[in-house]
Amino acid sequence: MELKRVVVTGMGAITPIGKTIDEYWNNLVQGVSGAAPITRFDATQFKTQFACEVKDYKATDYFDRKEARKMDMFAQFAVIAAEQAYQDAGIDLQTIDQDMAGVIWGAGIGGIITFLDETRGFVKNNEVPRFNPFFIPKMISDIAAGHISIKYGFRGPNYGTVSACASASHAIGSAFDLIRLGKAEMFITGGSEAAINEAGVGGFNAMQAISTRNDDPATASRPFDKGRDGFVMGEGAGALVIEEYEHAVKRGAKIYCELVGSGMTADAHHITAPHPEGKGAQRVMENALKDGNINLEEVDYINVHGTSTPLGDIAEPLAIQRLFGDHAYKLNISSTKSMTGHLLGATGAIEAIASILAMKNSIVPPTINQFELDPEIDPKLNLTPNKAQERKIKVAMSNTFGFGGHNACVVFKALD
Amino acid sequence: MSDIASRVKAIIVDKLGVDETEVTNEASFTNDLGADSLDTVELIMEFEKEFNIAIPDDQAENIGTVGDAIAYIQENAK
Repeated sequence: MELKRVVVTGMGAITPIGKTIDEYWNNLVQGVSGAAPITRFDATQFKTQFACEVKDYKATDYFDRKEARKMDMFAQFAVIAAEQAYQDAGIDLQTIDQDMAGVIWGAGIGGIITFLDETRGFVKNNEVPRFNPFFIPKMISDIAAGHISIKYGFRGPNYGTVSACASASHAIGSAFDLIRLGKAEMFITGGSEAAINEAGVGGFNAMQAISTRNDDPATASRPFDKGRDGFVMGEGAGALVIEEYEHAVKRGAKIYCELVGSGMTADAHHITAPHPEGKGAQRVMENALKDGNINLEEVDYINVHGTSTPLGDIAEPLAIQRLFGDHAYKLNISSTKSMTGHLLGATGAIEAIASILAMKNSIVPPTINQFELDPEIDPKLNLTPNKAQERKIKVAMSNTFGFGGHNACVVFKALD
Repeated sequence: MSDIASRVKAIIVDKLGVDETEVTNEASFTNDLGADSLDTVELIMEFEKEFNIAIPDDQAENIGTVGDAIAYIQENAK
């Protein structure tokens, strides 16, 4: 059976460095950090007191009060990004088959804000069980896919993907496969997360996973730098409209690029630590390129997972060097998490978008906060330090890895 | 309007996001005010909290309109 081709025709994003695609991209190119002291709750008792929040976010700027109250913030972000992508794709519901349009959406955690609020109420009320009827439908991580499908009447395949920080890449990869197989013609896909609350920050603090550079938040996310001390929590959402190539051409859609390959592997090694040699990471890139029928030498840019944690930032460059050999030195590599922070379940979506925009604009966004490269990382790799670099990009790929040892990779190619 | 009636109506306006003028005694939560079954459960819980009463499920089933709620609460609130 011949697999169908899949293209990207719409994008939307709400991120710590921009609440629209244009604002997000401009700040990526200019190397703006989204990190600042936490405003969502009183963090004075916490080891980490800063994060990359979506700035000046008010749900009522996007939803009426009744609607907003029934959605956890992670679902609100999802619907906001999806609407941008939907508008960008210029979809006319009269001319598409809504039975063949689906939603696959990633969220690593889901409604942790709702969960904490409801359990607080339970404890405060002497543990008399009086939970809000919207508690469960606000919290469950698949609900974002449900909300988006209801909004547009998309009656095709619909579910959520959960693989921690790889969730959105798994969503995109799954939607891609279903179109290739002819099971749907179009998807809104991506991911969202909103976990900057006491439980999220406190939980990651307990793991010693996040940076505690409270005196200088803007330089805290410094992937590959010797002084890195953990990731910086981010929040937000990214959405893509992807569709079957002929379907896009027939409706006269603007096409950003082709989505040519995806890979999915597991480290099968440890719940939170990456495989020290990055074996799962190497295989996931290899699988994705093979899936897309792309030669190693064709790849120009890798938007890496690069979270600014001690172990992960060593394993991933090693995996790249093992796979690409000498071509590794010709690649542009960057971690845009140095600017956005780590959006957990949304990261695969906003970084796929960064990769696509890099291709569209022939500019590679930088890895900021590069002061002194970790001596364990090969200095001949081009990590696009501190300043964006111009580069014509034919093939770009985006890596994501999640706690649990989940690895996912998606590959985009410029249309010939 | 009694104190109870105005407090009941304020809760309905707040939770269902409807205009005050729509919240008449005859208005049905589901047919007139756009509530679904979860909204209705939430309303009952809010009434319980506001008036410090417990409304058993079999009684809650009979509260379908604004007037039903006001009457029940007037009878049962301490």
